[in-house]
Amino acid sequence: MSTPPLTSPIDSATTDSPAANVQDAVIRLAGNSQDGIQSIGGFLARLAGRTQQDVMTYMTIPSTISGGPSIFQVHIGSGEILSAGDEADFLVTFYQHSYQDHIGALREGGICLYDSDHVQPDLEDKKHHYVGVPITAATVEAIGGTAKDKGKNLFVLGLLCQTFQLDVEKLKGIIQRQFGKKKEEILRVAFLAFDSGYAYQLGNLAHAYHLKAGHSSEEHRLTTDGNQMMVCGLLAAGVRYGAGYPITPWSSIMESLRAELPRYGGLFVQAEDELAAVSMAIGFSYSGHIAVTGSSGPGLSLKMEALSYAVMAEIPLIVINVQRGGPSTGLPTNVEQSDLMQAIYGSHGDAPRVVLAPRNVEDCFYIAVEAVRIAKKYSCPVIILTDQSISSRIEAFREPNLAEWMTEPTLDQMPRDESWRPYPLKGEVSHAPPGTKMLGGKFPVVTGLEHDEWGHPTASPKLHTEMTARRRDKLRRLMDEIPTPEISGEKSGDVLLVSWGSTTGPSKEAADRLRSQGQKVSSLDLRHLHPLPHGLDAIFNRFKKIAVVELNDVGLYGYGQLTSLLRAKLANPHIHSICKTDGLSYKVREIVAGIERIKAEA
Amino acid sequence: MSTATPPPVSDKVTKKALTADHPTWCPGCGDFAVLAIFYRVLEKLQIPHEKIITIAGIGCSSRFPYFMNTHGVHYIHGRALPFATAVSLARPDCHVFVFGGDGDGFSIGGNHLNHAARKNLRLTYIVMDNFVYGLTKMQTSPTSPIGYKSKTDPTGAIDQPINPMKQVLAAGAGFVGRTHAMQVKHMEEIFERAIRHEGFSIVQALSECVMFYPGAFDDSVPRKGGKFEIIEEKKWDGTPEDEARHDVTNELSAYELAGLQYPGKFGVFYDVDRPTKNVLEQKWIDSTKANMVGVTDRDTLQKRFDMMK
Repeated sequence: MSTPPLTSPIDSATTDSPAANVQDAVIRLAGNSQDGIQSIGGFLARLAGRTQQDVMTYMTIPSTISGGPSIFQVHIGSGEILSAGDEADFLVTFYQHSYQDHIGALREGGICLYDSDHVQPDLEDKKHHYVGVPITAATVEAIGGTAKDKGKNLFVLGLLCQTFQLDVEKLKGIIQRQFGKKKEEILRVAFLAFDSGYAYQLGNLAHAYHLKAGHSSEEHRLTTDGNQMMVCGLLAAGVRYGAGYPITPWSSIMESLRAELPRYGGLFVQAEDELAAVSMAIGFSYSGHIAVTGSSGPGLSLKMEALSYAVMAEIPLIVINVQRGGPSTGLPTNVEQSDLMQAIYGSHGDAPRVVLAPRNVEDCFYIAVEAVRIAKKYSCPVIILTDQSISSRIEAFREPNLAEWMTEPTLDQMPRDESWRPYPLKGEVSHAPPGTKMLGGKFPVVTGLEHDEWGHPTASPKLHTEMTARRRDKLRRLMDEIPTPEISGEKSGDVLLVSWGSTTGPSKEAADRLRSQGQKVSSLDLRHLHPLPHGLDAIFNRFKKIAVVELNDVGLYGYGQLTSLLRAKLANPHIHSICKTDGLSYKVREIVAGIERIKAEA
Repeated sequence: MSTATPPPVSDKVTKKALTADHPTWCPGCGDFAVLAIFYRVLEKLQIPHEKIITIAGIGCSSRFPYFMNTHGVHYIHGRALPFATAVSLARPDCHVFVFGGDGDGFSIGGNHLNHAARKNLRLTYIVMDNFVYGLTKMQTSPTSPIGYKSKTDPTGAIDQPINPMKQVLAAGAGFVGRTHAMQVKHMEEIFERAIRHEGFSIVQALSECVMFYPGAFDDSVPRKGGKFEIIEEKKWDGTPEDEARHDVTNELSAYELAGLQYPGKFGVFYDVDRPTKNVLEQKWIDSTKANMVGVTDRDTLQKRFDMMK
């Protein structure tokens, strides 16, 4: 193959820039959604996981049917990785528009590798180093020209493998496993493209970086995204039934459950709509098998009436909301945390339910397990508020020990005697699933009407008061068992950052960074949003300012949704918001700027 | 509280054992007869008492579960079928009966009717159709005929009513029957055949609302000068008369019956077996499990973890 001369700035690139040994690197791949950059980004992430490195990815997918610009960013490092990285160290651009849209995301002194068949970079730009490779032509040449330019992604993976001195054998093993189920021919072509990229004469760029060995010594590490970990958590917790309706970014959970559950003797139903989906899930739970339903933004709105039934009838239920940008169809493939108030208060009437949020991909597993435990113990719906960022990003983390976390599902069919009551005014709910023999001869009717201890409808003012209280008090009992969250950093200081869901990683990174600069900034994240844990008042009182980091709007009164709840509960005027609504994950520098703003305010 | 005490000796399903609260329906309501006949059919079929599940949405007729002493569910408006879908799929040991009215089933829950029918779930759905909203006191329903004067159509209904028989046939229901609350013998026969049908079965039972639409079905009540015309089904006896009789497996004939001018005919429009969702889903589970002998759920999840390494 021909070896075109490298574009000029590379000479300077190798003299002053790439360190031989780097702690971490942010690689951004910018192309179109059909170029397969997600899959090579996934390979890189999995490789990092297998070589004891930390990793976090970030991607954008256009909400179009096919095509459209797309990026995949991989942050690999030997230290703790808490965000997908503010700026890229290394940018690969497939098209002119990719170059134009993303060169701004490349740090000063960073390297831009571009497809010289499609991109004409601004060579006057002295801030960055440019390396042109005819990616398209070289791929076609390598594969033999039959497959057009399919395989460009693997060619680029070969280039990256060369540049970053990645473990070729491990990487090939990962590719092989991924393509394992497809035809041998596909794997052969994939390797042709990869090898060709790996052997491409990159000149000084070859071996430009060497990532330090990973710090993680745990042998058992998983590399996957949040939605897949949520599925695993549900399976471990013994959830065997569910129903849903397709909507981005929730769909991959229902797809996985639909495919997986038969292996566990269970079943997931694709319902005709969101109302049917939640109704089926409640029906499964009524049948004696705790069930899951889920959706994203608009779908949750449609489920709200049925959700209040589950509260009233006290049916255990897991409801997942993979939050995206709203309102309405909004930003279907972007992240936002604007459904918190809906999760807590969305239904009509006094309908208290539990709301939890996973802090990262790994936590999706544990939050699902906890949600099931709570739903069963208190016989109530539990909403898990995850988000588009956590759902789709890939992280590497320690494998949960299934010996410890696995729960086998059981169906309670013990006959009930005459003293049995489903809704005792004092004590927990005890449903008798269908098929249960009633020794007293009287069978229960589960209803959405207000009812007495038997579940029998009543409009008694006294009973409505008592039953409303019992549905609320069980959440108070839950509150007593929620641990007070741990503070990361000093126990007192100038600013405490409070985060939830996907704002947790970058918030902790921002606090760590400022603390290393001598500032008195600590951080804390909330996994239990309703009920909130005890002890927050005492913690908050030890800081001059509390900054709650949220991906939602500050609203009419200047505070985000969680901020408003915390201010209402704690009546602490020092609680402030760092909010934004651009549909993108937080950059660490944005949070740092927010802290500066809040510190400057009186 | 739960105990391990053995159940009482007599588990016989009797009308007495099935009776719960006295119905809160208005005196003269057609639904009383539906309830009475349903008791009778259950007495005959002797399904184990604890395996009988009655599920309903919202409306006068949807109060049904309170009047049945069985495991029961009074769910939300229009969504009884999805709820029942889950019970049917998760509990193959139970018999699921869904009750409701025209507003619940054909208006707010109309989409679920199509999908429960096409998925062919193992359950029986009895719709007490009175052509009016009764619980909310006299608004136009999806089956109210054109010209019917209600509180929401003071000058008479103007929208074309739904033809539920046509709808469920088009959606793929395996058993479609039609009966009349004033024809108890007929109702009993149709209910029993519906229940014995393996997949999704639906019966439209015309059931008069004496408060808000009295006389709605007089045209089909002989003692009020109407005509109760029963569908004659083919006997396959090769006689010339048999030519004219209805073939319950013929979808086009069923559709023609459904298109007859009101009051039309009563009986079984359509009765065809095709695999239920219950069977098809279980087949998938069984074939998956067949390759996993001795594999625990924990093994399966561990294998999934191993793929993420």
